[in-house]
Amino acid sequence: MIPASLERLLYLVSAALFIVGLKRLQSPATARQGNAISGLGMLIAIVVTVLGLEILSPAVLGAGLLVGSAVGWWMARSVQMTSMPQMVALLNGFGGAASLLVGGAEFLKSELRGETIPVDTGITIQLSLLIGAVTLTGSLIAWAKLQEVMTGKPITYPGQKLLNALLFLAVIVLSAYQIMTPEAHLWPFYAVCGISLLLGVLLVIPIGGADMPVVISLLNSYSGIAGAMTGFVIQNDVLIISGALVGSSGIILSQIMCKAMNRSLANVLFGAFGGGTATGTKKSAAGLTVKSVTVEDAAIQLAYAQQVIIVPGYGMAVAQAQHAVRELADLIEKKGGTVRYAIHAVAGRMPGHMNVLLAEANVPYDKMFAMEDINSDFDNCDVAVVIGANDVVNPAARTDPSSPIFGMPILDVDRAKSCIVLKRSMGAGFAGIENELFYAPRTSMLFGDAKQSITKLVSEVKQL
Amino acid sequence: MSDALITGIVVFVLATYLGAELIGRVPPTLHTPLMSGANAISGITVVGALLVAAAGLGWISTVLGFLAVVCAMMNVVGGYAVTDRMLQMFKKEEKK
Repeated sequence: MIPASLERLLYLVSAALFIVGLKRLQSPATARQGNAISGLGMLIAIVVTVLGLEILSPAVLGAGLLVGSAVGWWMARSVQMTSMPQMVALLNGFGGAASLLVGGAEFLKSELRGETIPVDTGITIQLSLLIGAVTLTGSLIAWAKLQEVMTGKPITYPGQKLLNALLFLAVIVLSAYQIMTPEAHLWPFYAVCGISLLLGVLLVIPIGGADMPVVISLLNSYSGIAGAMTGFVIQNDVLIISGALVGSSGIILSQIMCKAMNRSLANVLFGAFGGGTATGTKKSAAGLTVKSVTVEDAAIQLAYAQQVIIVPGYGMAVAQAQHAVRELADLIEKKGGTVRYAIHAVAGRMPGHMNVLLAEANVPYDKMFAMEDINSDFDNCDVAVVIGANDVVNPAARTDPSSPIFGMPILDVDRAKSCIVLKRSMGAGFAGIENELFYAPRTSMLFGDAKQSITKLVSEVKQL
Repeated sequence: MSDALITGIVVFVLATYLGAELIGRVPPTLHTPLMSGANAISGITVVGALLVAAAGLGWISTVLGFLAVVCAMMNVVGGYAVTDRMLQMFKKEEKK
């Protein structure tokens, strides 16, 4: 047992540790320490809470802590770096579920005791139910789309937006009814939970797989806001502070990605992008020829290049080619060239995903560059190597106003003296758009599985 | 509106701006660990979950509390552990 004032101060300490932890995340050199500091803050909050409780069911408490920790630990250890977007989606879902459950339990507690819930607590309970439920089912759908358990294509039907709007309105009306009628009614509560869970599903299904990174960031934000609402319900500052921190983090990341795609958040959420049949540019494939290159020729180009920039995309992740890429880069550097990595903000399936995969292959982080920092260097680049990336290097974004991605900032690989594109086949990208880069005179295509192609390149360069 | 709610709103708004300042300066390279790390922080709901689970107010409340603790702890432990796993891979170039 600890006094309530001390308890509040200790909660403040843990909130401060979260802030220090996030601050340390501003440099890769201090980030790991920052994460540990943030974890310490969490430990303090949990210990303080447990000590402050009048525990009536220690077995339930202990079992919950143990089971949750064990499953979380197992997930964190076993997940493949390639599957990180799915992992984050699931974690978001759990956060949402926790808020939904706590909000629900708080409501039922008061109802069962026959207490009247004050209006302001009522509002925050309803909000934590709504946001928690939408986060939970929305995240599960995002997970299913990323895991390809369900189609990555947008699912649309007539009247979709109207239906969602009506359901949302229904939640608001039911919540208001619940808050305003003090006498115990349970049905609006269950209805709010049910409709909110349904809304989470319906809001995410019309969003294409390629836009899932934005959805995950946004759901991340929701899970934070849901946590903050729970903080209002139980009147706890540390929940409000951390919920707000996470809430703004998710919003900022979604904005960064929308900017990188030159689309508004509304367009991502309601535009059902990537749904139509491949809207090829007017001057698509017809009459243009693709120049393919042999492994031997590509190896010669790379071995004698001074400046090489590698542009990784989701294809690299799928082929698990990052280790072979690192090996190739080592060889080029041994021969006197410089190798850097250009990473587009929406490469891969979540922001920073490529960086994690490259770091896994021991690529030093000071060789990874964001688009703004490296785009001007393509002019002096001898060979640009595009590995499994497509839309983020499509020059149509600069030149073709009829292209769906027109105006999106891209990596200017077409300005390099030579560009080698590693690709499985001539299929269109995730967004289903034809890419004229593949037909450019300076571009040569190296077809095949990215990992196999790079492994072959490695052995060829070795012999030179 | 109660004083507690007003104070809560003040804290929420200020923390949102603080969060924006902090997150805006995280380099793109760390955006994935940032997300999983922020995710772990949102597991702070565990505090509310523990309160509910311990209250011992009939089985519905206890079951919901138990599930809430499990979900929040998966979020906390999974989030921190996977973030640490990622961050330990980020290394500077070794000087030869």
